Amino acid sequence: MSELKVSEVSKSFGEKKVLQSVSFSVKEGEFVSLLGPSGSGKSTLFHLIGGLYTPDEGELYLGGENINGKRGKISYTPQSPSLFPWRTVLDNVVLGEELHAKPNKERASAMLERAGLADYVNAYPHQLSGGMRQRAAFVRSLLSPQPFICLDEPFSALDEFTRLDMQKWLLSIWEENRKSVLFVTHNIEEAIYLSERVLVLSSNPATVKREFTIPFERPRREELVLTEEFLDWKKQIYHELRSEA
Amino acid sequence: MEVEGTASGSTLMIMKKIVEQGWRPVLVVILLLILWEASSRLFAIPAWLLPSPLTIMEEGLSSWSNYAHHLVSTTKLSIVGFVIGTSIGLLIAVLLHLMPHVRQAFYPLLILSQNIPIIVLAPLLIIWFGFGVLPKLFIITLVCFFPVAVAALDGFRQTNAEMKHYMYMAGASKRQVFSKLELPHALPTVFSGLKISATYSVMGAVISEWLGANKGIGVYMTLAQSSFRTDRVFVAIFFIMLLCLLFFSFIIALERFCIKGQPGQEAKS
Ligand SMILES: Nc1ncnc2c1ncn2[C@@H]1O[C@H](COP(=O)(O)OP(=O)(O)OP(=O)(O)O)[C@@H](O)[C@H]1O
Ligand SMILES: [Mg+2]
Repeated sequence: MSELKVSEVSKSFGEKKVLQSVSFSVKEGEFVSLLGPSGSGKSTLFHLIGGLYTPDEGELYLGGENINGKRGKISYTPQSPSLFPWRTVLDNVVLGEELHAKPNKERASAMLERAGLADYVNAYPHQLSGGMRQRAAFVRSLLSPQPFICLDEPFSALDEFTRLDMQKWLLSIWEENRKSVLFVTHNIEEAIYLSERVLVLSSNPATVKREFTIPFERPRREELVLTEEFLDWKKQIYHELRSEA
Repeated sequence: MEVEGTASGSTLMIMKKIVEQGWRPVLVVILLLILWEASSRLFAIPAWLLPSPLTIMEEGLSSWSNYAHHLVSTTKLSIVGFVIGTSIGLLIAVLLHLMPHVRQAFYPLLILSQNIPIIVLAPLLIIWFGFGVLPKLFIITLVCFFPVAVAALDGFRQTNAEMKHYMYMAGASKRQVFSKLELPHALPTVFSGLKISATYSVMGAVISEWLGANKGIGVYMTLAQSSFRTDRVFVAIFFIMLLCLLFFSFIIALERFCIKGQPGQEAKS
């Protein structure tokens, strides 16, 4: 069971209220995107789900269990890839697994191959391009034992072409595993293309302004982003983001 | 496989670079020596004041058997002192890092320990421990532990926050965060401390020998000084420098072996 339920969560840092009564849920095997402007508190929300901080108010549940302040329940990909420079790519991707059990390196190698990193299994992170590092960081999340994955703007530092390739790649891998995913981004197209549902956050303080259910079938093809319907969704979400709360 | 090939290739490149760039400082040293030799002949500087490089070299070669045992003794003393001193430094750093409250209490003391001039301590140490090897090791430890302890503490503390967040959110225990993240993260900084300690250990050994010993380069120097054998003093200085250099190179070699995958490693020479 890996259903995430965020219920009326608030968090302040000192005087500054960052999150205000945030509520939403991510069902088993669902891909949900959080869309919000920079500085609205998206990473903070992840840090709460990951147990790094405890919420001032509200509750977090994963599979029915209260996870307020509990660490190690989700698998997380930080905003920067955060690979350890002294570890090879292979040793990096098994890190999440290694913390809880003996890592399975064969499985990891196979997964790296799927990610197009076969030639870089024994390379060090500084020998990789930005996109390769993001892929490695995502493989690390997939190999972690937790069934729920949080991705914090994994593609924000990439150029448009790489970004599209990475989105396609992410979907193809995800469709095999179908772990529940909460995906943070500030790119509208990316959110629509990838997710079942898109949650739009307001800022200062952040709260869930509106929720869009995206009806496109899976597997999704690349041409989808050029269809009339897709642009329609994009417009709607854009207006929601721009409108003052 | 391709990556591996370039890695071993780059070691060769580094060697080549050292040879290519190494001739500059060597040339400067040779020029200086020639200048020195020429001026001691030209101005007929008395040998007790400033012996010429050739005289020093001659003395160094001909009386090797007279001072070889001093050299061995100092080398041993420095190595043992270095190992003890840096181990204690590392241990202190780890303990203080894992116990923040203790750290707050002891950090000022750590710094205070460096404000004591060794010369002032010497009489006390000799009263307590006599003229044996113990007070000498104590002095070397005192000068060696500090650079390593401070470097390691800084290294632990400057651990990348996002990596630490990742580790905690992935459910790592405090011990795992330390052994898998903070310790390897601090290694480059620790090595900077080790390099300083390596040269300090030789200095500490020689100073401790001045203060009372029956063998060692420090003793050899004192004897040479009291009989105005300035050439021998220079021989001693030469070997102290050589010893420092060897220690330093050893630490650099160890660093290359221990630290993997740092960006810019290939570029460093
Ligand atoms: N540990 C902290 N202490 C104090 N303030 C913090 C802390 N972490 C985050 N904040 C503040 O919370 C706000 C939201 O930060 P957060 O990193 O969650 O934004 P974000 O939505 O992830 O932005 P971006 O899209 O740029 O990554 C910011 O104003 C930030 O200054
Ligand atoms: Mg963020």
